[in-house]
Formats: sequence, C-alpha cells, structure tokens
Amino acid sequence: MSKEQILSSDGIPLEQSLKKAERKNKLKAVLLVAPLFLFILIIYVFPIGDMLFRSVDDRMITKMLPKTFIAIENWDGQDLPDEPVYKGLYEDLKFLKENKTYGKIIARLNYEKSGFSSLIKKTVRKISKFDEGNYKEQFIEVHKRWGQSEYLIALKNAAPNWSYAKYLKGVDMKFDQDRNIVLVEEDRRIYKILWMRTLNVAFWVTIFCFILAYPISHLLATLPMKYSNLLMICVLLPFWTSLLVRTSSWMVLLQQQGPINDLIVWLGLAADDSRPELMYNVIGTFVAMTQILLPFMVLPLYSVMKTISPSLMRAGKSLGGTPLVSFLKIYFPLTIPGIGAGCLLVFILAIGYYITPALVGGASGSLISNTIAYHMKSSLDWAFASALGTMLLVGVLAIYWVYNKLVGIDNIKLG
Amino acid sequence: MALPNHTPLNYRIWHYMYLTFCGLVFFFLIAPLFVILPLSFNAEQYIHFSAKMLALDPEGFSLRWYEDMIYGTKNPWGLATKNSLIIAFFATIGSTILGTVAALGLSSRHMPYKAAFMALLISPMIVPLIISGTAIFFFMAKVGLAATHTGIVLSHIILGTPFVVITVTATLSGFDHSVTRAAASLGSNPVNTFMKITLPLIMPGVISGALFAFVTSFDEVVVVLFLAGLENTTIPIQMWVGLREQLSPTIMAVATCLIVMSTLILVSAELLRRRSERLRGINR
Repeated sequence: MSKEQILSSDGIPLEQSLKKAERKNKLKAVLLVAPLFLFILIIYVFPIGDMLFRSVDDRMITKMLPKTFIAIENWDGQDLPDEPVYKGLYEDLKFLKENKTYGKIIARLNYEKSGFSSLIKKTVRKISKFDEGNYKEQFIEVHKRWGQSEYLIALKNAAPNWSYAKYLKGVDMKFDQDRNIVLVEEDRRIYKILWMRTLNVAFWVTIFCFILAYPISHLLATLPMKYSNLLMICVLLPFWTSLLVRTSSWMVLLQQQGPINDLIVWLGLAADDSRPELMYNVIGTFVAMTQILLPFMVLPLYSVMKTISPSLMRAGKSLGGTPLVSFLKIYFPLTIPGIGAGCLLVFILAIGYYITPALVGGASGSLISNTIAYHMKSSLDWAFASALGTMLLVGVLAIYWVYNKLVGIDNIKLG
Repeated sequence: MALPNHTPLNYRIWHYMYLTFCGLVFFFLIAPLFVILPLSFNAEQYIHFSAKMLALDPEGFSLRWYEDMIYGTKNPWGLATKNSLIIAFFATIGSTILGTVAALGLSSRHMPYKAAFMALLISPMIVPLIISGTAIFFFMAKVGLAATHTGIVLSHIILGTPFVVITVTATLSGFDHSVTRAAASLGSNPVNTFMKITLPLIMPGVISGALFAFVTSFDEVVVVLFLAGLENTTIPIQMWVGLREQLSPTIMAVATCLIVMSTLILVSAELLRRRSERLRGINR
C-alpha cells in the first residue's frame, strides 16, 4: 500500500475532505428533519409517554394520607397496628376534612375494598370530636371496621406509588385481599367480550373489504385508462368525503324507516310492523365500516395490480393453463404484497375505530375505543382509560411494526 | 371489456358475473353518498323519501333546510364553519411547511436512520385517533391550551404532517438531483435553488399533501371532541352532536355541502396528480 496520500485542491487529504463533506450533508439532512421531529416529540410522543405514566400512577392516595403511610410501613399486617398508624390517620383525615378533599380517597379505597365508603364518611363526620391521645380506641369506637385487620390491610395495599391494577381490570382480573391476581366474578367479565368483539369486527371488516376490493381493483387495473379513471372516482370520492357525512348516510340508509328496510319489506322478507333492526347493533358497525374502509384496501391492491403485465396471464394460458390455474399460480401470488399492505392497513384502522361504532353501533356494536372515550368523558376514570389506550396502542404498534417490515412505511399509497 | 367471439360460454358467464359483482361493489361504494342529496331538499321534516318526492312533484322539494342552515336562529353552523376554516387553514400551513422540510431531509441519501425516522413521523396517521386524542388532551390541559384554537391547530398539524411527508417524499423519489447541482454550478445559493428549482418541481406533491392536511383537519372530530370548548366548535363537532340526537334534514343539507366540497377537492387532487406525473415524466 502506498504511503502517499491523495490531496484535494486545498491540501487536505482527500479521504478526510470527503468525510467532512459527508458529515456536512448528513447534518444538513438531520437539520431539515429536526423541526418536525422535535415538534412530534414534544406534542405527540411526550404526551403518549405521559399517558403511559398515568395508567400506572397511583400516588394520589399516598399524597393524601402521607403520615398514615409512613406509620403503616412498619406494620407487619398480622395483628392490629399500633397507635402511630391511627395517630397518622387522625392527622391526615383531619387535614382532609378541613380542606374538604376527602371525596377522592373514598372512591380509591372503596375500589380496594368495598365498605370503605361508609367507614371514611362516618369517621370524617366525627373526627372533630376526637380527644387528644389514644386514637386507636377512639377510631374503633367510631366504627368497628377500624378494628378489623382486613380493612387496614386494604389500606396498606393502597400504598405503593405504582400499580398495574388498571391493566388487570382491562383484562377482567383484579387483586384479591392477599394481593393474588384473580379473575373477577363471572358476570363482571366485560372487557374480554369487548376485546374479542373489537378483534372480531376488525378481522371480519378486513375480510369483507378484501373480498369486495380484489375484483374491483383487478377491473380498475385492467380496464383502459379512460374508463378506469371514471370508475376510480367511485373509490376516491368516498375517500375524500368527511367521515361524518359517510356515517350519516349509513344512518339514513339503515334506520327503521330507511330505504333498505323499505326494500326488505317490499321484497316480502319482513312484515311492515316487524322491520329488522339494522342499526344500533353490530350489523350497522360491520356494514358501515366495510364501506368506509374499502378505499384503503382498493388503493394498495390497485397500485400492485397495475404493475402486473397482462402478458403474464396470456403466457400462462398459452402454456395450457386454464384461466383459473393461471390466476391461482401466476396472478394471485404476484398480488400478495398488495393484499398484505391493504389488509394490515384496514385492520389497523378498524381496530381503533371510534366515530362510526359510536353512531351506528349502539351498545352491542361498540368497540374498545368507545369504552376509552366513555372513561375519558363520562366516568372520568382517566387512569383506566389510559391503561386501555396503552393496551390498544401496543397492539396497533405491533401490527405497524409488521407492516413496516413487510410493506415498508414509505410505500403507503395515497390516492 | 368485450370478449372475443370464440370465448366459450362458461367463461362468458364467469366474466359477466365478475362484471356484475364489480358493478355492485361500485354501487355499494358510491350510492350511500347520493342518498343524502335528495333528502336535503325534502320539503318535510322527516328523513325519508316522501310520496311526493318519489313522484318528482316539485312541491315535495324545497330549500328550507339550506335556509335553516344559513339563517336559522339557534343554528351553530356559522360559528362552526368559521372555526373549521380558521383551524384548517393554520393547520394546513403548519403541516405543509414542517412536512415538506422534513420530507426534503428524509429524501436525502445522507439521512441516517431514515426508516426509523420515517416510521416515527408517519405514526400519527396509524395510531388510533382515540389514543392521540387522549394523550394530546392531557398535554394540552397541562400547558393550558385545552379549549383554545391554538391547541386544536397544534394537534391538527401533528395529524396532517404524515400525509404531507408521504406525498412529498413520493414526489421527491423521482426527483433528478442533477438539476440542483446544475443550479449550484451556475452560482445559485441553496435557498435560491430551492425556491427557483426544487420547489416548483415538487409543487404538485406539496399541494396534494396540503389538500390532505386540509381535509384531515377539516374532518377531524375525535381530537376536537376532547379539546374543544363551546367557543371552538367545528362543523364535524356540530354534525356529531346533531347525529347523536337525531337525524335532521339540516344535517343532510350540511352533508350535501360537504360532499360538493370533497368533489371539488378530489378533482383538484386528481389534476395535480396528473400534472405531477407529467412534470416527473419530463425529468426522466
């Protein structure tokens, strides 16, 4: 190897000079991406992280009863705790009563063990009459539950700052008194049904979309341009139209006095006074979501089919294959990338659908998103909404990862 | 698609069944939109086809619901339209600028970890809106931007950028970089080169991305549901509220206006796409 280095015009070794230029170009590219990256990091990624944090954050009760929890840490959970625990509890509850903020801990403790609601309410009512010293006896006098160790164990169980109890709730499980993970009672297992229904709807909507989209994508890809452009409008117009407009048109069509029901009655499939319920159940969700998500299946299929040369099928036929055989052996395998892209995209979109199920789904057609919205807006159990959201997010990101591996994110086709 | 004369009968049957099936699917796609149009001209208060409408009697039709939409005293559509347009306008500008600049960086072959950055920047399009809405709501409440136009615009910029990034990187994929080098060799500085050479060439992609961003913001309801106060109501929010109560003919009138708007947007997007293909064709 020669020792002599090649120099660039300004006397720097060429290799170094090239590296410098490369670094400069790299920096330029990174600086261009940086503004959007930082923007998304601050207003999107950070908030989603915050949501994860909320779903496991259980510090409210430790913040509100600080002295109690310092004292209860030393208690072994066997016999009743000693005076310091009750003294801490007295001071904390008294403080909460003066600030009128004890309402929050009632809900949280009652979730840990039912019976806490009346216990805390009664105690708080009488707490101003407590004498100094000997708090243990006074507490037990106010309510005998203060003398039962299971309530104090429940209180101690509420102490950790972090808890995945909300995630357990999301899969129909809970902690029992001894901190074992158990399934909730049979009649309360609602979330498993909800998850299964969401997966079920997303799965079947994907299948329906595929069955409907494959032939028309083929037609669009094989017709001469001037016809296919016209038919493409049928796919693109719904794609560009407001989701609420499309959902409201389904509400018009599926309502009891609507055109589809009129048709069913006219065909004699049902009597006029017993028109079938097509909306506010899972049928409505299926039909409306299939139509709304269909363009997302057609576009990737079309863009793949467009690249398949028609001479391949002719070659298959000329070699003696029947149309069916040529289709199965030649055409279909070539469209698999498009099928993968379309199915994954539709599945991802369907699994998190909110607006359409909320409007046409009713109770039996509502999906996991609707439950998250309910806990965000009505029950105000934000931690649980965050936990459900996180579980859904993990599922979606897993599919997104597969999509990225199989299809490549930069191959998404729009319009 | 006419079949050759010698086609056997069973293939003919298959072929026509296939065409019929396709026809039905196209009908399924497009027909629901057209149900709304006549109902918005209904003279009666109900959302179904009256006997007079079916008989094409002029008395069955009227413009009263459009009047109600525009002049109705208790109707919020005026405020909602104003808000929707303001929010969509600023969100479009923000998404387009941020997205285009980022797409320029992502298309550079010197960009490190390109796939990872791309996956992150596209993710707002993939993550369910309910999750984005929840997360953004917590954030905006924390920084005091809940129930403000600013908060909604910022979140719509997030939701709109993936579309701009996708369309602009697609346009840039066929971009011939020798033209910018030629400009540089002729003494143009990078900013000048971008404004005079690159931008005009990628303009169709930028505009179609901007159209996507506009439509995304204009239609978006989930995030706004979380963020909006009474003052920030938008057209989708009003439709959502109306649809939850009952189907009213006024909503059909609004929906008709939105369909007309989306048709216009579709036509311009199509024209842009063709122009872009032509421009890139010249480059090749």
